[in-house]
Amino acid sequence: MSDFVALWVYLSSSPLFGLTATLVVYLVAQAAYNRSGHAPWANPVLWSVVVLAGALLVTGVDYPVYFSGAQFIHFLLGPAVVALAWPLWQRRAAVRARWGRLLVAGLVGGTAASVSAVAIGWALGLQPDVLLSLAPKSVTAPVAMGIAQSIGGVPALSAAFALLTGLVGALSGKYLFDLLQIPKDTQGWTARGFALGTAAHGIGAARAMQVHSEAGAYAGLALGLQVLLGSLLIPLVARLFA
Amino acid sequence: MDGLKGLAWLLVFQCAGEAISRTAGLPVPGPVVGMLLMFGGLFLERVRVPVAACADILLANLSLLFIPVGVGVMTHLALLHRYGLRLLVVIVLSTWIGLGVTALVLHALRDRPEPEAADV
Repeated sequence: MSDFVALWVYLSSSPLFGLTATLVVYLVAQAAYNRSGHAPWANPVLWSVVVLAGALLVTGVDYPVYFSGAQFIHFLLGPAVVALAWPLWQRRAAVRARWGRLLVAGLVGGTAASVSAVAIGWALGLQPDVLLSLAPKSVTAPVAMGIAQSIGGVPALSAAFALLTGLVGALSGKYLFDLLQIPKDTQGWTARGFALGTAAHGIGAARAMQVHSEAGAYAGLALGLQVLLGSLLIPLVARLFA
Repeated sequence: MDGLKGLAWLLVFQCAGEAISRTAGLPVPGPVVGMLLMFGGLFLERVRVPVAACADILLANLSLLFIPVGVGVMTHLALLHRYGLRLLVVIVLSTWIGLGVTALVLHALRDRPEPEAADV
């Protein structure tokens, strides 16, 4: 028994644990997601996070110890953002023909998400620093943290808001689009994907890529566009109101 | 082998993006600048072939890459607990507004008439 404890103490404190646990849990969650026919409620990010966070709480392994292994996966977010150029490049003619309306949709949709978050939060009596942390919530988490920092929000809160936003979008987007009668032809998939990338960033884009390649490509474009627009415009608007 | 070469190209473009973003003091993060550079790089076949192989794998598993941050958020739920239900209302409603407005704008601006594809 004490041998087992010693082995567990060794394994759980080495980077090997966090990396292995993340990959294995994700593969199982992904298999379940595929088996469910990509049902939104079976979202692999949601279930992987719930299972891993639960496991850390139960075993008492600290997050920094887990992250010492998981960081190797986290690190790939950078190259993945660069890789978003590929689906766009494949559709460069279509994107060039539509860039005007895509820019309008990204600008209007991104503004609607950000302004409505701050306005509803204000109406519900949330404190100013929480409101400022809500502003960049539809920009991907690492960038949202930077924006929050620059406008006086709380970076950790922004990361949490961005994550929850992405999950809400990935889980409920399909039903909302069906309700709004967005069709399922090529242009409809473009609109669905672009909306997911705009309002639910990377987690929404990940969902879009698994459902339809057209939706995925435009979700990637929208995600990149929100990073550009958000990091340029949110600090500017915040300065006007400060 | 192509996949590995592709990863190397992605990292090279990310480094270039970081370098430009930092030296020019841009508010846009390095990987996004790298993505814009990569769009140009893909016109070269020796970049495109390996990058395509690697990008397809990375993007098909984009979900995986958000898990480490997600676990961090979940283990710090106490931070959110303080604001409770109000926060959840704000996040859900504003996400729906953002999704709906974006999709409806693009839907309103779509090309018409389009030869109707078979409904799937």
